[in-house]
Amino acid sequence: MKNLLYINVRRVLFLSLAITVFYSCERDLSEDAQFATFPANGDIFTDDPVGLTDQFFDSFDPATGANPEGFDRDDEVAFEGSASIRIDVPAPDDPDGGFIGGIFLDRGDGRDLTGFDALTFYARGSTTATIGEVGFGTDFGENKFAVTANNIRLSTDWRKIIIPIPDPSKLVQERGMFFFSAGTQSTNGFGFTFWIDELRFERLGTIGQSRPSILGGNDGRFPTTVGESLTIGQLQQTFNLGSGINQTVIPAPSYFDFKSSDPNVAFVNELGEVTVINTGTTEITASIAGVLAAGRISVESSATAQIISLFSDLFADVPVDNFNGFFENQTTQGGVIDENGNDIIKYTNLNFVSINFFSEENRIDASEMTTLNLQIRVDETVDTGDFIRLELNNFLNGVESGSSFTIPSTELIANEFVDFAIPLSEFQGLTDRSGLGLLFFVTEGTISNISVDNIFFSAE
Amino acid sequence: MKNKILNTHMRSTLGYRILSLSVFLLVLGCENDDAQTVARLTTLVWEDNFDVDGAPDPTRWRFDLGDGTAQGIPGWGNDELQYYTDRPENVTVQNGFLLITAKEEDFNGAEFTSARLTTQGLFERAYGRFEARIRVPFGQGYWPAFWLLGNNCDENPWPACGEIDIMENVGDEPTIVFGSVHGPGYSGGDSIGKDYELTDDRFDTGFHVFGIEWSPESINYYVDGDLYQSITPEDIDEETDGEGQWIFDRPFYIILNVAVGGNLPGPPNDETVFPQTMLVDYVRVYEQ
Repeated sequence: MKNLLYINVRRVLFLSLAITVFYSCERDLSEDAQFATFPANGDIFTDDPVGLTDQFFDSFDPATGANPEGFDRDDEVAFEGSASIRIDVPAPDDPDGGFIGGIFLDRGDGRDLTGFDALTFYARGSTTATIGEVGFGTDFGENKFAVTANNIRLSTDWRKIIIPIPDPSKLVQERGMFFFSAGTQSTNGFGFTFWIDELRFERLGTIGQSRPSILGGNDGRFPTTVGESLTIGQLQQTFNLGSGINQTVIPAPSYFDFKSSDPNVAFVNELGEVTVINTGTTEITASIAGVLAAGRISVESSATAQIISLFSDLFADVPVDNFNGFFENQTTQGGVIDENGNDIIKYTNLNFVSINFFSEENRIDASEMTTLNLQIRVDETVDTGDFIRLELNNFLNGVESGSSFTIPSTELIANEFVDFAIPLSEFQGLTDRSGLGLLFFVTEGTISNISVDNIFFSAE
Repeated sequence: MKNKILNTHMRSTLGYRILSLSVFLLVLGCENDDAQTVARLTTLVWEDNFDVDGAPDPTRWRFDLGDGTAQGIPGWGNDELQYYTDRPENVTVQNGFLLITAKEEDFNGAEFTSARLTTQGLFERAYGRFEARIRVPFGQGYWPAFWLLGNNCDENPWPACGEIDIMENVGDEPTIVFGSVHGPGYSGGDSIGKDYELTDDRFDTGFHVFGIEWSPESINYYVDGDLYQSITPEDIDEETDGEGQWIFDRPFYIILNVAVGGNLPGPPNDETVFPQTMLVDYVRVYEQ
C-alpha cells in the first residue's frame, strides 16, 4: 500500500512536470512559428468530386495531342454509391486527340496528406488494357512531390489499385490529388473505356518494405572535371503491398534526401543535381525516409578527365547507328530494353554482336581517350572456358582494322553487373583510334545471354 | 460448425473482460508491460530472451542440419530448397535477438542456406503456454515457423507423433499467419487450423507475439492480444469424421526455422529479396 502510494505520488509529480513542459513548449512555439493547417481530408471522388476545382478534370494541353473530351461522370456505373468517373481512351488518330490524361486539383491551398500511406481507387476496364500512368502530386506547377506508377492493369471487373506514398511526411500541403495518362498502346490502337470509383488517400497500414533506388539500383562511376554537372536519374521505389505484390512507383527527386560524402568535391541539391566544384572523389547516395537507396555514384573529378559516352545513365551519349547490326552469320538477338525503369542493352542467343557507329558522322575519335569503361552482366551461369572478347574496329583512310581484348570467365559473375575499366593500350592491334566505328562482343556461343550498360570512353 | 462459432465468440467476450482487467492493472502498476490478455498461465518454466551475443545457448538449443537427406526426409518432407547450417551467417544472437537468416548461395548442392533450431532432448513438455515474439521475413518462397513436434517421432513417425504449428507464414502473404495441428488422419494439406489476418499492419515490419495455451482439453491460439482459434479433441473428431485422434498428451519440443521454397509457399521468384532474417525477441513457456 505504501509502495502504491509512492508510485501514485511519483506519477502525479511526473504529470505536473509534463504539463509544465507542455505549456512552456506551446508558448515558445506560438511566439516563434505559425503553423498553417491544411485539411486532412483524403476523399477525392466518391459519387461526386470532393473539394476539387470546379473544372474537376484539368486536361493536358490539347496541343500535345491530349483529348479533353473523353472524361465524364457516369451515373450508370459505380463500384459503390451511384456514380463513377468514366474515361474514354481515344484511338491514336482521333481528331480530338490521340490520348487522354490530366490531373485533379484541390480547390483550396492544398491538403495535409501526412496521415495517409497510399492513393487508392477501384478501377474497371471495358477490356483488359493497361493505364499507362497513374499517380498524384502533379499540380501543373512545380510538381514537387509528383508520384507515378506505370502500366496499371485493368480487369473487366472492379479491382482495387494501390499507389503507395513514398514519404507521407513530405505532403503537408499537396494540391495534386490525382494524375493519369492513358493511350491505346496495350490495345493495338483500339479505344477502350475505364471507370474509376472511390478515389481517395487512405492509411492502409499494410504497405511495407520500402526499397528506393537510383540509377536502376546500379553503382555508377562519373569521371569528370570541375564545372561539370549531372542529374541523378532512374529514381524508383518499390513497396510490398498487403497482398504480397510488389508495387513500384517513380517518386519525384524531392522525396529523396541526396548526400555527397565530400561536398567540397561535388554537392547535390534536392532535385538530385550534382555540381562538381573541385578535384577529388566523392560518393553520392540517396535515401527516402531514412531508407538508403540502392545505387550510388562515385564522382571522380580530375583536371584532365574527358568522356565519350556510347550508352550510359550518367553522361550525354553520342549518337550511334544501332546497338545490334544483325550481321550475316550472327545468331544474336536483342538490343536496348527497359529493365525495371533502367535502360540496358540485353543480348540473347549470343555468338557475336556489335554496337555500330561506323557511318561517317558517328565515328568516334578516341585518340585522347585512355580507357574503355563498361558494365557486363552474364544472364546465365558462368562456366570455365566462357569468355567475352571485346573488339574495337577503327577506320583509317577507309581501311578497317580490328583489335581485341578478352575477358576470361574468372572476371565474370552470373546475374550481377561487373564494372570494367580497360586501358585502351590493352587492346591488341589498336594502333590508331581516330576513327572507331564498331564495338564487338564475341563469345562464340560460350555465353548466350549478357546485358551491358554504361559504356563510355574516358581519359583520366 | 455453428457451435464452434458460438464457442469462439464466448471466448472473445472472456478475452475482452481480461483485457479490461489488465488495462486497469496497467494504470495502477505502470511496470506491468506484459499486457497479454488471452492467456491464463503465468508461471514461467522455460525461456530464452537471447541476451548473450554469439551462438545460441547450447543448453537450450540444438540444430537440425543439412537438407533432410540424413534424416531420411530429403527437402525436409516438403521439397524445401534450403540447406540448414549452424554457421553464424545463418544463425546468431545479436542485440537481444535471435537471427535466423536465409541466404541465396550454392551450398552442398542446395541453392539456399538457413537454420533450424530445436529444443529436442533439452526441453520437452506436455501442456502449457508456449509463446514467442517474432518478426518474419517477406517475399515469395519464405516459410518461417514457430512450432512444436512430438518427442517420439523416431519411434512413431510423423504424423503419428503429432505437430502443433503455433505460427507459420508464407512470405507472399505478409498480413497472414496460421496456426494448426497435424496428426494421424489430419496432416499436411488436411491439417486442422485457421488463418489470422492483420487488416492494418504486417508481420514483416514489426514484432508480434504468437502463442498457444495447451491443455488436455484444448489448444488455444493467439496473436498479440487476440485469441483466434481453439482446437479441441471434439474438433478433431468432427473435422476428420471420427477418423482422427487427439494425440497431444505427451511431451513436445520447440522448433524455430526459416524454410525456403517447398510445397506450401512454392519457390522464390525473381523479386524475392535475399538474404533476409527472422528475428526472435524471446521464447517463453509458462505453466499454471
